[in-house]
Order: sequence, then structure tokens, then C-alpha cells
Amino acid sequence: MTSVWRFVSNALCRITGRKVGSTVVVSNSLNEFTTRASFDIKKCDLHGLEAGPPLKTELSRDEGLRFYRTMQVMRRMELKADQLYKQKIIRGFCHLYDGQEACAAGVEAAIDPSDHLITAYRAHGYTYTRGVSVREILAELTGRRGGVAKGKGGSMHMYAPNFYGGNGIVGAQVPLGAGIALACKYQGNNQICVTLYGDGAANQGQIFEAFNMAALWKLPCLFICENNKYGMGTSVERASASTDYYKRGHFMPGIRVDGMDVLCVREATKFAADHCRTGKGPIIMELQTYRYHGHSMSDPGVSYRTREEIQEVRSKNDPISLLKERMLSSNMASVEEFKEIDIEIRKEVEDATQFATSDSEPPLEELCNHIFSNNPPLQVRGTHPWAKLKSSS
Amino acid sequence: MAAAARFLIRGANSKLPIAVVGSGAHCSFGSTFLKLSLNCNSGIKTQRRHAAHFTFQPDPVPTQFGPTQKMNLFQSVTSALDNTLANDPTAVIFGEDVAFGGVFRCTVGLRDKYGKDRVFNTPLCEQGIVGFGIGVAVAGATAIAEIQFADYIFPAFDQIVNEAAKYRYRSGDLFDCGNLTIRAPWGCVGHGSLYHSQSPEAFFAHAPGLKVVIPRGPVQAKGLLLSCIADKNPCIFFEPKIMYRAAVEQVPVESYTIPLSQAEVLQEGSDVTLVAWGTQVHVLREVANLAQEKLGVSCELIDLQTILPWDVETVCKKWSNELGGG
Repeated sequence: MTSVWRFVSNALCRITGRKVGSTVVVSNSLNEFTTRASFDIKKCDLHGLEAGPPLKTELSRDEGLRFYRTMQVMRRMELKADQLYKQKIIRGFCHLYDGQEACAAGVEAAIDPSDHLITAYRAHGYTYTRGVSVREILAELTGRRGGVAKGKGGSMHMYAPNFYGGNGIVGAQVPLGAGIALACKYQGNNQICVTLYGDGAANQGQIFEAFNMAALWKLPCLFICENNKYGMGTSVERASASTDYYKRGHFMPGIRVDGMDVLCVREATKFAADHCRTGKGPIIMELQTYRYHGHSMSDPGVSYRTREEIQEVRSKNDPISLLKERMLSSNMASVEEFKEIDIEIRKEVEDATQFATSDSEPPLEELCNHIFSNNPPLQVRGTHPWAKLKSSS
Repeated sequence: MAAAARFLIRGANSKLPIAVVGSGAHCSFGSTFLKLSLNCNSGIKTQRRHAAHFTFQPDPVPTQFGPTQKMNLFQSVTSALDNTLANDPTAVIFGEDVAFGGVFRCTVGLRDKYGKDRVFNTPLCEQGIVGFGIGVAVAGATAIAEIQFADYIFPAFDQIVNEAAKYRYRSGDLFDCGNLTIRAPWGCVGHGSLYHSQSPEAFFAHAPGLKVVIPRGPVQAKGLLLSCIADKNPCIFFEPKIMYRAAVEQVPVESYTIPLSQAEVLQEGSDVTLVAWGTQVHVLREVANLAQEKLGVSCELIDLQTILPWDVETVCKKWSNELGGG
């Protein structure tokens, strides 16, 4: 990634006054940009902790552009998914992540690729940050064989190495995450498991079961509650006796983090991951974030909240805009540069869409494969007793 | 699952060459069906949807329950709940999102009409909802709990099977949660995939103490739901979600009940007995017509309605009649 940006910024340096599309790119020497700057970040509320994440963080130009790119790709990808869904090219269920990009980008920046991550159904962002290409994500949404789960999983069931999905049942992934953390501890590999859930899932019984086990056995599990204020159509006040989700772990320490600021998320995740890795046991992070779309594509998202509220968050608190403004005001990048990135991303998403809409569907023979793991192929009953399908694995 | 042949034929069947099979030989009957479905399955093209072929066949207008009104399935459920809240002052309805009307509009208007202490939302916790419902029922109030999709009923499985089903028996009839009715949208729609399509009645069919009921249409739904609510045993009422809007019938406005554990013979026949419930009843209606038309086979169609305890008498009597027994 770094080399790509070096290439781009070098290329921009060499070009003088050449028209690129309708934008004139002026000569900008690399020296004009600040390569590193320090930013104040919001103080995190703490529970059961003496000290928390730092109040200042450093960001390099490269890191900033990387964050911008990652978040913008997620944004464009989700908007493209919205478009494809409305055209009925994507069917079934589709839960979009736009508005929450800073969470996925910030978390990934603070953990290693060898760490583990599991989340619920609003998973497209994490699928991307965990290393799956936009192509494979969109092809999975359209149900084609080039999709990351071979077209058989769909929106809620995308997986990658060290990324365990993508889970449809609310809260079911949390005990799984605790289990993965146990495996990490058992294998002594210094890895952690980041286990995400939402404000709606925070009221599920199995979450508390997982909390207890993780704390009892000091598992390296980083529980993250992505609080986007609404569990489907129910606001947090109407669903929870306590909306301080970072305190819900009770005997587990917790941090409440501004989930719209990617730097805040990064620092908090670093702090929390360090807590887990040094054997202090599990910790909860509550990321306060917001989703622009409704719960899913069948939810317009305006019957339980006002358009003004959504607009306000978009204009005052958008994660991508926040980062962009920070970088521009510190002279870390130029408006043209961001535009270039946008154009590139648009093309990337378009190409991915082209692939996703033209790739072929998985063959019928694939339908029943991988039900079991067995050697001899298994006969599976089809839609009536005389239709037998074959299941190989 | 009922032994049900589900066809994916979309009206092209008249052009298919089909050998006429006389009644009797089971194998040739089967292989002809196989040929029919193979023909339509071959050469799957991208993006053309073959699934979810479903035509609702309405019942004739009931005359014995008073004046009727045109209602679809979710409206007939609302009507049943409305009747219940009006006639039973202890009745309460709760579940996820029921206050604004529910994700399938089954509880629209009830909170405004009866108050927020009788129709209220619960947080996202199925095990909690059912456990809580059992408590409400044991204490004497009529509890109508909604599980948002039958696919989500599994966290509550322990409460249903271990607590609700066994309460009366283990307390020697001192306590019971007969006032509990659990409602859940059920069955496939075509795009629901893993977690919005399940039909879990078989899991509950082995828990004595429970009643499991599935209607085939709005008239049945209202009558059966009212029977479940009135029944002194904990009942699970599954509502075929594909029919919420698609099924429209003339439904009686007043309260009425349809007896539980009584299967209904929808069509008399002499060669084969087809048993189904919910959505499949309509598929089998088409099957029975097709079989008569194409193969000259006379099918008996039975809607089981109550899965547990099921009407063994009706089904077996029909079956033994076919075998020529007494």
C-alpha cells in the first residue's frame, strides 16, 4: 500500500499543470506536505481501569491516506451494494455499514493480520479490512462463484483467514469469539480475538455467559460493542436498562470510544489489545458510532429516527470527512489528491461490479457440497423424495 | 416434514410428454415425477428465479361464524389478537418490535387501542421473552409472546421444552403455563436463506405438554390462534410468512375457534393420501389436481393443522381405507 502511495505522490510531483479529467493537477512537491502530525483525540470514559488510551496520537501522511482510502472504499462499496440491491441484482438480506467505517479501519490498524476477528451480520466493512477484495465481496453479494464464499454464503456469511464472519443470529458470535480467544491462549501464540457485537445484541444472555468465561479464564478476548444507537428500529434507551455498554462487563474493564474518529478507535484498540496480550484478561470497548442506512435494505431507516438526525451526523460527524479535514488543515494532503483517490476507488468499485454482475453462478452440483466433511459422497434429498442431490466435500 | 412433492413447473407442463400411469405402481409414479422436475431443472440460466412458486388457494367463505370481512393473514392475526385483548382483561402481547405493529404488521393498532401496559416491546432476548412469558402465564395472565422469526426460537428452546412443556406434569397439576401462546412467522419465502426460512416444528414435535399449530390461511389462522390462546396448554403457533400478504380470504369478524388436534380433509380421494400443513397445503392442492389430470390418480388431501398432538385417527383411517382395510 505504501509503495502505491509513494508512486502516486511521486507521479503527482512530476506532473506540471497537466489536465486530469476536469481537474488541473498543479505541481506539488512532496516537501510541501507535512509528513507527520500530532492530533488531540477525545478522552475515553473508563470502567474498572486506572488509566486509558492516550489523549494525543500521531498520524503520518501515508497512514492518513491509507485510512482515507480504506474508509472511502468501504463507503463506495456499500453504496454500490445499495444500488445493486435496488436493481434486484443483490437479493436476500443486505445490512450496510456506511457511517461506521472508522470502526473497521481503526480496529484493523491496531491489530495484526494474525489476530482473529469475528463479527455479526453488518460485516462487509470487516471483510474488506481483513483482506478480501471488493471484487470478491460484491461477487458474494450477487451470489456468483467468484465470491469469497463461492456464492453460497451471501451478505452475512463472508469469511477470510482469521476472519470468522459474518454471523446471522444476533449475539451468537460472542461465545464463539471467546472460544477463539481460548484457543489463542492455549496455543500460546500471543494472538487475540476481537469479538464484535451490536447494541441490540448486548441484551442477549449468551453475551454475559461469554463475558463470565472470558474473565474467569483471563482469555485474550477484546469484546467490542458497536453502538450505533439503534437495534433495528429500537433506540438504545428503549431496549436497555443501562446504555453504558462499556460497563456491562461489570467485573471486566471497559472503555467508551468515539467510533467516528478513526484515530481514537486506533488508539483505544491498541490500548485494549495490549491489555489482552499482556495477560490481563478480556476487556470491553464500546464504539459510539452511527449507521446512515436503515437496519437492512428492507428498512428505510426513517420511521424510528428523523432525517434531520441522519443529516446532522453526516454533516458534523462523518468519519471520512473528519479525517479529510484533519489532514487538509494540517497540510498533510491536498484536495486534488483526495479527488484522485476517489476517482481510483470509483473505478475499482466499478470494475468489481462489472465482475460481480457478469460472473457465472455456482453450478448446481455445488448446491449440497460441504454439508459434512466426509470421504464418500453423500446422497441428499432434494425438493422431493425422488430427487437426489450429491454432496461431496 | 410431510411427504410432499414440490414442483417447480411454471405452466409449461402441458407441453411435456407424460405417459399415463394407472393407479398402483409406486415406482413408475415416482419416476414420472422425477422426469417432470428434471425437465424443468435442466439448463439453469442465470438470474431467472425458479423457486418460490406458490399460489394461495382461498377457502370458501365460512357462514357459521357470523359476518365476514376481507382480510389477509396478518390482518386475521391482528383480528384474533384484538378479540382476545377485548374479551380477556388479563391478556398481554409482548415481543420484539410489537409496539409499533410488528415487522409483519400483525399487531398494528393494538397498543393504541389497549394501552402500553398490554402491548409492549421486549429487548432482543428470545430466551428471556419465553421465560418471562412462562412466568406471566403461571401467575394467571394470558401471555401471547412473539418470536420475531421461527429461526430465532432456538435460544428459547430450553425454556419451551424444559420449562413450559413440563410445568404441569412436574408440579402434579398444581401449576401450569397453559395461558402461554408463542407466535412466530414460519416457513420459506424464497429469499430468506438460512435464518428467515426455517420450519422448526419437528424439533418441538417431541415435547409432550406442548401444542404446535400451523394454519393454512387467514380463516384457519384466526380460529386456530384463538383456540391456542383459549387452550389450557402452552401452544406454539407458527404463521406461514409467505402468506401474510398473499393470502386473502373472507374472515369472520367475531371470535370463533377451530378445534385443535383435528385434521381437515380438504379433498376426498381413493389412491394416495397427501398430508401437509401451512404453505405446502396449497402446493399439494395443485399437485392433487395435476395428478388427477395427468395421471388419473385420485388424491386425498389432508391439512394436519395441529402437529402435536396430531390427529392420528383421521390420517390413519384414510390410509387404511385406501389399503382396503376396515
